[in-house]
Amino acid sequence: MILSEALAELVPHLRDELCVHSNGYISRGGCAARDRAECFYMMGSMGLAASIGLGLALAQPARRVLVLDGDGNVLMNPGALASIAAAAPPNLLHVCFDNGAHASTGGQATVSDRVRLEELARAAGYRWVGRVESRAVLSCLAGEFLTREGPAFLLVRIALGPPGPPGPRVPHAPEAMTSRLRRALGVEP
Amino acid sequence: MSGIAPADRFVDHLLAAGFDFFVGVPCSLVAPVIGELARRGRWVGETREDAALGVAAGAYLGGRLPLVIMQNSGLGVSLNAIASLHLPYRIPCLLLITWRGFEGRDAPEHLIMGEKMRGLLDLFGISYRAPAAAGLMDDVGWAAECIRATTLPTALVVRPGLFA
Repeated sequence: MILSEALAELVPHLRDELCVHSNGYISRGGCAARDRAECFYMMGSMGLAASIGLGLALAQPARRVLVLDGDGNVLMNPGALASIAAAAPPNLLHVCFDNGAHASTGGQATVSDRVRLEELARAAGYRWVGRVESRAVLSCLAGEFLTREGPAFLLVRIALGPPGPPGPRVPHAPEAMTSRLRRALGVEP
Repeated sequence: MSGIAPADRFVDHLLAAGFDFFVGVPCSLVAPVIGELARRGRWVGETREDAALGVAAGAYLGGRLPLVIMQNSGLGVSLNAIASLHLPYRIPCLLLITWRGFEGRDAPEHLIMGEKMRGLLDLFGISYRAPAAAGLMDDVGWAAECIRATTLPTALVVRPGLFA
């Protein structure tokens, strides 16, 4: 299973979740899979997708927030796992697509083959933690995961995939993404 | 006591000016402010200053107007979040940055950032004021205006002795 296949299993189950995509290929792949006003694509600020998701979940307790993260991002800001578990927002769901590499910079290895990131989330105190390694299992689990009480963490182990990005660059200007999400939430005219 | 700003009145002013989400990493220079926010159940403590900026960005996307507290040492940690998230996405927040290393009188680890902080804020185009106690409440209003006009981060720099 590669990133685009994992996204293809997850995206059909999405309803009105607010989706925060981490930078790099996850933003590009997520935008290519299905773009909505409720999608926020982080272009830089590596590591902060989960932190942005936490702030969004606390500010919008009636909406479900889905963070689409990567192993490199989680390892860059593991403190976010602690902050999320401590704040324990029931509306926050956290998916980590773990390909064991920094895909967009040339596939350099991370340490996620030896350090299980879902165990970090479990130790931090997420309400639910799971790990899937096959497309068939993800297909069964994806819909159920999106209905769980958060904070919930799902690690999706994926293969690095063919060289090159999973989709074109996100076509939106960064400030346009800020406005369209805030308008979709009715907090900006 | 005339040179010291009361933390409870300061928090009242922040709320009246529209700030409604408070996150950050502590510094002793603003301990009374954090204590007052915590007493009101409004303080979200973070692990790093850039993570605090991420949380604040999410809160703004969700309709809140955030304030981020940090020591100036944390400004160094925060520069990538400011440069690649807040500025290009036009996500504002009020940065309440304490001035360790003020006038070169502090522990050695604070002296360089104490000297360079204002230059960094200028370099990144972040408007700031460093008020004395008498001007603090007015400068909260200035910062709120600045944020509404620009939708960019704006800073208040806290000198030693402002709150305690």
